[in-house]
Amino acid sequence: MLKRTARLLATTFVAASLTLSVTACSKGGATSTQAASGGTQTLTLWTHNAGNKGELAAIQSVVDDYNASQTAYKVDLQAFPQDSYNQSVVAAAAAKKLPCILDIDQPNVANWAWAGYLAPIEGMDDILSKYLPSTVAKWNGKTYAYGYYDVSLTWVTRESILKKYGIRVPTIDQPWTGEEFASALAKVKASGDFTYPADLATGWTGEWWPYGYSPFLQSFGGDLINRTDFSSAEGVLNGDAAVKWGEWFQGLAKDGMISKKSSADPTADFINGKTAFLWNGSWTAVPVREKVKDVVFAPPVDFGDGPKVGGGSWTWGYSTGCASPEGALDYLKFAAQDKYVAKVAKDTNNIPTTDAAAAMVPGFEPGGENDVFRQYSKKFTVMRPETPGYPFLATAFTKGAQDILNGADVKKTLDQMVADIDDNQKANNFFQQ
Amino acid sequence: MSVVEAAEHTAPPVVRGRSHKRNKRSTSVALAMLVPAAVLMVVFLIIPIFLTFGLAFTNARLISPVPARFVGLDNFVRLFENETFWRSLLNTVVFTIVIVPVQSGLALGLALLVNAKVRGTNFFRTVYFLPVVTSMVVVSMLWLFMYQPDGLINVLLAKVGITGPDWLGDPNTALFAIIVLSIWQAVGFHMVIWLSGLQTIPGELYEAASIDGASKWQQFAHVTWPGLRQTSIFILITITIAAFSLFTQVNIMTQGGPLDSTSTLVYMAVFTGFQQQQTGYAAAISLVFFALVLTVSLIQRYLTRDKEAIR
Repeated sequence: MLKRTARLLATTFVAASLTLSVTACSKGGATSTQAASGGTQTLTLWTHNAGNKGELAAIQSVVDDYNASQTAYKVDLQAFPQDSYNQSVVAAAAAKKLPCILDIDQPNVANWAWAGYLAPIEGMDDILSKYLPSTVAKWNGKTYAYGYYDVSLTWVTRESILKKYGIRVPTIDQPWTGEEFASALAKVKASGDFTYPADLATGWTGEWWPYGYSPFLQSFGGDLINRTDFSSAEGVLNGDAAVKWGEWFQGLAKDGMISKKSSADPTADFINGKTAFLWNGSWTAVPVREKVKDVVFAPPVDFGDGPKVGGGSWTWGYSTGCASPEGALDYLKFAAQDKYVAKVAKDTNNIPTTDAAAAMVPGFEPGGENDVFRQYSKKFTVMRPETPGYPFLATAFTKGAQDILNGADVKKTLDQMVADIDDNQKANNFFQQ
Repeated sequence: MSVVEAAEHTAPPVVRGRSHKRNKRSTSVALAMLVPAAVLMVVFLIIPIFLTFGLAFTNARLISPVPARFVGLDNFVRLFENETFWRSLLNTVVFTIVIVPVQSGLALGLALLVNAKVRGTNFFRTVYFLPVVTSMVVVSMLWLFMYQPDGLINVLLAKVGITGPDWLGDPNTALFAIIVLSIWQAVGFHMVIWLSGLQTIPGELYEAASIDGASKWQQFAHVTWPGLRQTSIFILITITIAAFSLFTQVNIMTQGGPLDSTSTLVYMAVFTGFQQQQTGYAAAISLVFFALVLTVSLIQRYLTRDKEAIR
């Protein structure tokens, strides 16, 4: 007891004294216990969607449908702002007050499963076999969470631009090669028609960096960590392929192909004709289509090891702190129906995870205008490494990639990243249980 | 209050004993009044500081099913081998060394200006104080836009024929840019403190000085400045501590980059403690930070001690 209190105090202190998210911690203490009332058990559900109207309403409607469908359980939805959501869950776990059902950003699933926050989902294999693999979060052979949708990455450009500069229109079977892409950028740059030929949305911070840029690294043949046993990054993050990636990435900025820190709204810059190629998520399709009639959503460039896109988005699972695992599983099964997949995907403009749901969402039916994203996702997805060490990998990669973009020595930076990552894996005893 | 009254009613009529007892009573009243603040201090400051001392020697993690283990000086060895740490320390020191004289000097200048007996000083006092009541987060966001390569500042510079740099994107200018904005935000606060100091200086002293034929500068050097001694010590110490804990601007505007040119000790502690989940390591950074601030504060206390009082 004393030990737990001390740990709780310590966690709280670090938070408070370092002036970060004091509020998040107190929020973490919010009531999440299950109170039985008249035979109906209440299951608390946490979501990161406060402030995200479309998705919150969609989740609320799933919850309402579930509550109306039976009387044994009542799901009580509590929404948190995304910025403080993870900290709220961590604080709740330290206080042993985890909610029953919660949504989790896919790359965190392994970390939270390892930490004992999440319980494995059982008995849903049939349903989940129809899901895109990137939306089913697994770790150590067990399924811990599933998501309604995925997003894909794409090069956004215009048909008129491609025609004007004599650039081949790429297809999913024949994407641009690295050389083709480089010469395309050079031609556009030489014309002087754009502020920057390309925009990688370098102004965004946080998870965007590993999500958006590690696929480049993987397309060059490198990776964040050696995936055979997830114990070391040696050789994959500082090998020849990774160095090539680093030099290419740094070169983009050095040669004036991209901005080292692009604006907060790269989509607007593209629409306004400041950039010719925009690297972005499929979420950008809706605003771009409104303004740009001849838009092309090109597949990722093949830098040698095939085109790659990131995978995995928000997923749903249940916690080890749940008083009624049967109830939580019952809800998760109910909520996994195609019609809910379709509803949530439609309201968030994302890729529905099942074929049946895709047929129900306008644009995502086979041959529909958004079907390309689903194809990219199916064909090119490389998951962010499913290891409990991922949060550290993500920060190490982000910092290293930022330094490289700003002109740091490529090989030296990569070696430092590898050393940091390996230290962390080792310090955690390689996340063995 | 009622305790004091009760003490007086029950006090025996012996004069000497009475005052003795009353002293005792008022001591306990003072103690009782101290308790709420003391409890808060102990629970939220003293205990956490001692916990940090402990955590710094363990491998505690923010999220981990494995209990923390004692690792001796490992965290400190790692820290002192870390280039980012030395860079952060250097940035923190540079920031402080620039901020302390420039900000307090500017604040004094502003205070002297708004202390002048002319019309409209209230307006200027308000204007200078406005950034202080604005949240640092908001200020940072606004300056983030102003510092963009095609932002307000560079557009203005272009008007006079200067091509402005990418302020926050260039390792050579990023820290300078943050220093400027920090001074702009906080200078009003210290202006008000200087102002309160200025207004405690009796007007007769200036009258006497001007009768003696002292120039404006002599008046400042021999009347104003000595009169501001206590204020200046207070300002020196508060600015120093505030400057050491630079975090918000960095977190919002640059995240320590480019190439660690704006990383600070506090930013590094938060980054390793939360994003990288290394609670023990972050505690070690905090401990070093604590020692640094303590040392500098003690040196300042020693240098600014009241030599008259000691004699």
